[in-house]
Amino acid sequence: MARRVGLEVSLACAEAVKLCNADVIAAYPITPQTHIVEHLSELVADGHLDAEFVPVESEHSAMSACVGSAAAGARTFTSSSAQGLALMHEMLFIASGLRLPIVMAVANRSLSAPISIWNDHSDIMAERDIGWVQTFAETGQEVLDLMLHAFKVAEDPRVCLPVAVNLDGFILTHVIEPMEMPDQAEADAYLPPFVPSQSLDPAAPVSMGMVGMPEVYTEAKKAALVALEDSYPVIKEHWEGFAEQFGRSYKPIETYRTEDADTLFVTMGSLGETCMTAVDEMRQDGKSVGQVRIRLWRPFPDEDFMAAIAGAKNLIFIDRALSPGVAAGPVATEMRALLYTKGKNMFTANFVCGLGGRDVTRTDFAGMLAKVEAAAAAGNEITCEMVGVKE
Amino acid sequence: MIEVRFHGRGGQGAVTSAELMALAAIEEGKYAQAFPSFGPERRGAPLQAFLRISDEPIRLREKIYEPDIVLVLDPSLLATGGVKIGLKPHGTLVANSAKPIEAVRGECGFEGRTALVDASLIAEEELGVPITNTTMLGALLKASGLIALDSIKGPLDHRFGKIAEKNWKALNRAYNETIIEE
Repeated sequence: MARRVGLEVSLACAEAVKLCNADVIAAYPITPQTHIVEHLSELVADGHLDAEFVPVESEHSAMSACVGSAAAGARTFTSSSAQGLALMHEMLFIASGLRLPIVMAVANRSLSAPISIWNDHSDIMAERDIGWVQTFAETGQEVLDLMLHAFKVAEDPRVCLPVAVNLDGFILTHVIEPMEMPDQAEADAYLPPFVPSQSLDPAAPVSMGMVGMPEVYTEAKKAALVALEDSYPVIKEHWEGFAEQFGRSYKPIETYRTEDADTLFVTMGSLGETCMTAVDEMRQDGKSVGQVRIRLWRPFPDEDFMAAIAGAKNLIFIDRALSPGVAAGPVATEMRALLYTKGKNMFTANFVCGLGGRDVTRTDFAGMLAKVEAAAAAGNEITCEMVGVKE
Repeated sequence: MIEVRFHGRGGQGAVTSAELMALAAIEEGKYAQAFPSFGPERRGAPLQAFLRISDEPIRLREKIYEPDIVLVLDPSLLATGGVKIGLKPHGTLVANSAKPIEAVRGECGFEGRTALVDASLIAEEELGVPITNTTMLGALLKASGLIALDSIKGPLDHRFGKIAEKNWKALNRAYNETIIEE
């Protein structure tokens, strides 16, 4: 039976990896991911999790070890953050290119310089094109649940792709909160043992990581692209299965009070809940406002997004990262391109906030709405504005 | 929802006391969040920890700007100016101090409801160290009734093991010795 527990979200993430019976964990500690791998290291050392913990000397080695162990057919986990994720960069493409079902928890943090250990999304936004499935959690419970879902999706023979679960550094990783912790039997019922489609086995040799000559490289990339696109129905299917078994449902795009709303905030990650409460308060003040949350970032669920915003007049895209030299943050840039290709012409605003751990409050959301109301009335787009810059 | 801000110094266990409260509240079936002031920890430096307790799910991830309760673990922090910032006028200050109420009010500038206990003395006598985090929980529970006194016992035992009993005794002594000025 599941138990209601109070737990730091990082520890819940590690406990989820234990429930998933990971075989190999290769990781290098980096704030704010540290508690996740510390706890896993403890679980392995104390004999609570029968896994190989590989304390590598860098994140590049962590992902390299993960590639090797997943290729050998082991259920493989790692976790990183910021500069650590950046140091993995070249190996991340290899993990997806080789179709290896590695699961990684990314404790989202800003990239230096200046040195910052605090939260934003600049680490994962720099890794948008790695070919991994990418999801975002908003609460501790979601971190726990998305970890189980991540292994289920990654190892599904129809998918065979690595999955990154994003959780905001500190804002989620370092918070103690209540959650439902499934027991081992429940986790096992959802996630059966990993049966690799193919693995490195001296008894039945295969080659992995071959050279892709110009005659085949394009085709290999096309195949990887299709694999990521085709993971979409499987991702949904396993969320539906999760809801049936655990009673908690997840969607690629989540909506809150979008019916009859003129203006919608579009958020990702831990801003979701604060924005939701801000929406409640703005509604009390008579504002016609709602919220859309992007849970599945890759593959991006175009149709779900378009359905979620169908009734709205104005969209407010919240970015937690910059895309220097381009007119807007990464989320807004992509979403505007999507609207254009779908022939949807509507007012959009982009706000970049919460960089390097700057708090984002209900008051900030109210301020954004006020600006949007004024700009929309005047017919001026808010191309991109950084919130709260001290000038 | 009740919001609490803890003021302590690195190494005094402010984060632990916020955590213990959250765990106890969750055990009671309530909703709770405990989190540190995010960042690197420096021993002796002033730091804050935060706690929310509610009967409803908590859908907020912003910091606490207008606490209902401020708890001060270290008497030397009372006069540094940060204690009363944002504290609601009808809120409660729970402070560790050996001084009389007038002196504490003079130091921190908060004129509202105040709960006082000499936690440093109690911690020295009961624990043998000037670490007041568990002791001050006794004062917090007396002043707030946020959770039942007995609810903190489980998390305390789990966290402190062999030395839990001493901490429990200190906590209870503080609970009994806390004076509340309305």
